Amino acid sequence: MYRYDEFDHTFMAERVAQFARQVARRMSGEMTEEQFRPLRLMNGLYLQLHAYMLRVNVPYGSLSSAQLRGLAEIARKYDRNYGHFTTRQNIQYNWIKLDEMPALLGDLAKIEMHGIQSSGNCIRNTTSDQYAGASADEIEDPRVYCEIIRQWSTLHPEFSYLPRKFKIAVTGAPKDRAAVALHDIGLRLYHNAEGKAGFEVLVGGGQGRTPVIAKTIRKWLEPEDMLSYLEAILRVYNLWGRRDNKYKARIKILVNATGIDEFRNQVDSEWDKIKDTKLQLDAQEIERIRAYFASPAYETLPDYSAELIAHGEQNTAFKEWLKSNTAAHKITGYLIVNLSLKSPKQPPGDITSEQMLATADLADHYNFGELRVNHRQNLTFTDVRQIDVYELWQKLAALDLATPNIGKVSDIIACPGLDYCALANARSIPIAERIQQRFEDIDRLHDVGELSLNISGCMNACGHHHVGNIGILGVEKKGQEYYQFTLGGSSTEDAALGDRTGPGFSTDEVVNAVDRILNTYIEQRDDIEETFLETYRRVGMAPFKEALYGAN
Amino acid sequence: MPHMVIANTLRDGRVVFLSHDGSWAAAIADGELAQNETAASRLLADSKSSANSNVVIDPQLIEVNETDHGRQPTAYREYIRAYGPSVRNPG
Ligand code: HEM
Ligand code: SF4
Repeated sequence: MYRYDEFDHTFMAERVAQFARQVARRMSGEMTEEQFRPLRLMNGLYLQLHAYMLRVNVPYGSLSSAQLRGLAEIARKYDRNYGHFTTRQNIQYNWIKLDEMPALLGDLAKIEMHGIQSSGNCIRNTTSDQYAGASADEIEDPRVYCEIIRQWSTLHPEFSYLPRKFKIAVTGAPKDRAAVALHDIGLRLYHNAEGKAGFEVLVGGGQGRTPVIAKTIRKWLEPEDMLSYLEAILRVYNLWGRRDNKYKARIKILVNATGIDEFRNQVDSEWDKIKDTKLQLDAQEIERIRAYFASPAYETLPDYSAELIAHGEQNTAFKEWLKSNTAAHKITGYLIVNLSLKSPKQPPGDITSEQMLATADLADHYNFGELRVNHRQNLTFTDVRQIDVYELWQKLAALDLATPNIGKVSDIIACPGLDYCALANARSIPIAERIQQRFEDIDRLHDVGELSLNISGCMNACGHHHVGNIGILGVEKKGQEYYQFTLGGSSTEDAALGDRTGPGFSTDEVVNAVDRILNTYIEQRDDIEETFLETYRRVGMAPFKEALYGAN
Repeated sequence: MPHMVIANTLRDGRVVFLSHDGSWAAAIADGELAQNETAASRLLADSKSSANSNVVIDPQLIEVNETDHGRQPTAYREYIRAYGPSVRNPG
C-alpha cells in the first residue's frame, strides 16, 4: 500500500489546523454559513437531514487493518458506532458534530486518511477493481495507476473548480468490476498484439439524471502518456464544460454536444502541447509506485480446492457461501473472499465498530493485514490461503459477515435515501431490507442466480439504479413514495442502461413487483445456466411488462 | 394548517424547532405552533435573526398536523427529519 511520506504528514497537520480555525470562526459568527459551507465541503462534511455527514476517501478501496481499526474508533468516538461503505469505495459517517470535526480529522490523519476532495467540483477518489493484484484474470495491477492519478489530481490547482465533479475509474482486468463505462473517464488496461500493456480510454460516462455509457476516445494509450492525456481531456472539459446549468455541467453532456470525434480532435490538439512535458511518466517512476503494491509474501501451497469442495459436501451453508462469496486467485493455493455487508439485519453497506474491529483482526490473521472496499458496498479479502478458508468462514459467520449472497438478488446496492439524505425523494434502505427478507431463503436465492439489484432514493443515482439488472428509483408522487423499475442494466464490460418498465409501485407493492419479475425470469429462461440479464436480452421487456401490469 | 420552524443546529447538525421563548427545542412537541399566516411569518422572521445565524442553519417553515399521536409534519421528508431515520441504527 501507499504510505504517507513526511511531506504528506506535514501537509495533513497543516490542513487539520486550518480547518480547526475555520470551524472556530464559523462558531463565533465571524463567518456566515454561505462563506463556511464550501470550506466544510472541501473537507468532506455535508449537512444531511439529521446531522452532519462526513465522507472519508478510501483511495481505490484499499485499507490496511490499522486504518480499519482507526475508522472503527472514529465511529465509536464521534458517531453512533457504525459507518456506511459507499458505491464509490468510501466510508460515510452519518451523525457527526461540527465542533468535534477538528479532533476527528486529527484522528483520521493519524491513520493517513482524510475527506479532502470527497465533495465539490474536483477530481474525486479514483475507484478501481476490488480484486486488484489478486484476480486470476488480471493484466496488471490497476492500483499503480490509481495512485499516480491520486498524486497528480490531489489539490491540482487547475482542476479544483471544474464545471462539475469528476470521477475516474481504472480496471486492470477484462472482467470489469469497477464500472469504468459509468465514469467521466474510464481506463481499461489490456495487452496489445505485441503483448505490451496499455489503456483503452473511455470518456463521458455517468449516471445521475442523464445516464450515459462512456465512449472510447482512444483505443490505445501508452501508460507513460497517461497523465498528459488525462490532463488534456480535463483541460478541454474545464474550458468548454457548461457552468451555467449544473444539470448540464458534467463532461458527458459536453462530449454528447460536441460529438466524440470532434471532442477527440480537441483533446489531441491540447495533448500535442503537453505530451512531452514533465507529465510524461518515465518507466522508473511507474516502477517506484509499483513497489508500493508489491505482492504479499505468498507461500508455495498445494491446490486445496478439492478439499474445500469436500468440506462443502458435509456442510451446505459453507458450500453455498464458497460458491457465491469467493473468487479465483492468480496464485495456486489462495482464494479471494468477499465479506457480505448485506445481511438482512443491517442496511446495505453498513458496518458496526465491533464488526470493523473484528474484521481488522481477521485481516491481520488471514489476509496480510489488508482489505478492500468494493463498489457493491461489500468488503474483500484478496489473499486468503485456501487451507484457512473454512476457518475464516466460521469466524465471518459469527460476525454476520458471511451471508452467502454476493452477486445475488439480496446483494443490493442502496444509497442512504430519505432516511438520511437531504436530496432524497424516497427511502431506499427499508425497501432493500424488505427485499432481502423476502429472499432470505438460500435455495430461492441460488435458483435465481447471478443478478444485480440497485436502488437509488432520487435521480442522482448514487445507488447505480440505471445499471442494475433490476434498477429501482424512488420518486415522490403527491407526497407519497413511489418506485420505478428498470430492467436490463449492467455496469460491467457489457455496460448497458436499464429500460423503464412503466408506472411505478407504492412502498407496499415493491417487493411483490420484484417477485413477479423474478418469477417471469424463471419461467422464461432456457435453463438454469441462463442469467437474468441474458434472458432479458433474449426475450425483451414484453413478458416482464405483462407480469407487472397485466396483459393490456 | 399550523406551521412550525424547523432547522439544524450549527454545532452538531441536529434537528430543532423554534419554541415560544425563542430557544430551540429538540422535540417537535416543544416547538411553537403558528396557527395563522401572520404568526407563521413572525416565527420565521425570529428564526432568521442575526442572533440565530450562528446557532442554526437554514430555518424553514413546515406544515404540521396535530394528531392523537402527536404533531406530524405533512411532508414525508420533514416527518423523517422530526422523528429520525425509519430504520434503526445498526451500531
Ligand atoms: C451526502 C449525500 C450525498 C449527496 C448530497 C450526493 C449527491 C449526488 C449528486 C447531486 C449526484 C448527481 C451528480 C450528477 O448527476 O452530476 C450524485 C451522483 C452519484 N453519487 Fe452521490 N450523493 C450522496 C451520497 C452518495 C452515496 C452514499 C454514494 C454511494 C453509495 C454516492 C455515490 C454516487 C454515485 C456512484 C453517483 C453517480 C455517478 C455520477 O456521478 O454520475 N453518493 N451524488
Ligand atoms: S441517489 Fe439521491 S437519495 Fe440517494 S444518496 Fe444520492 S442524492 Fe441521496
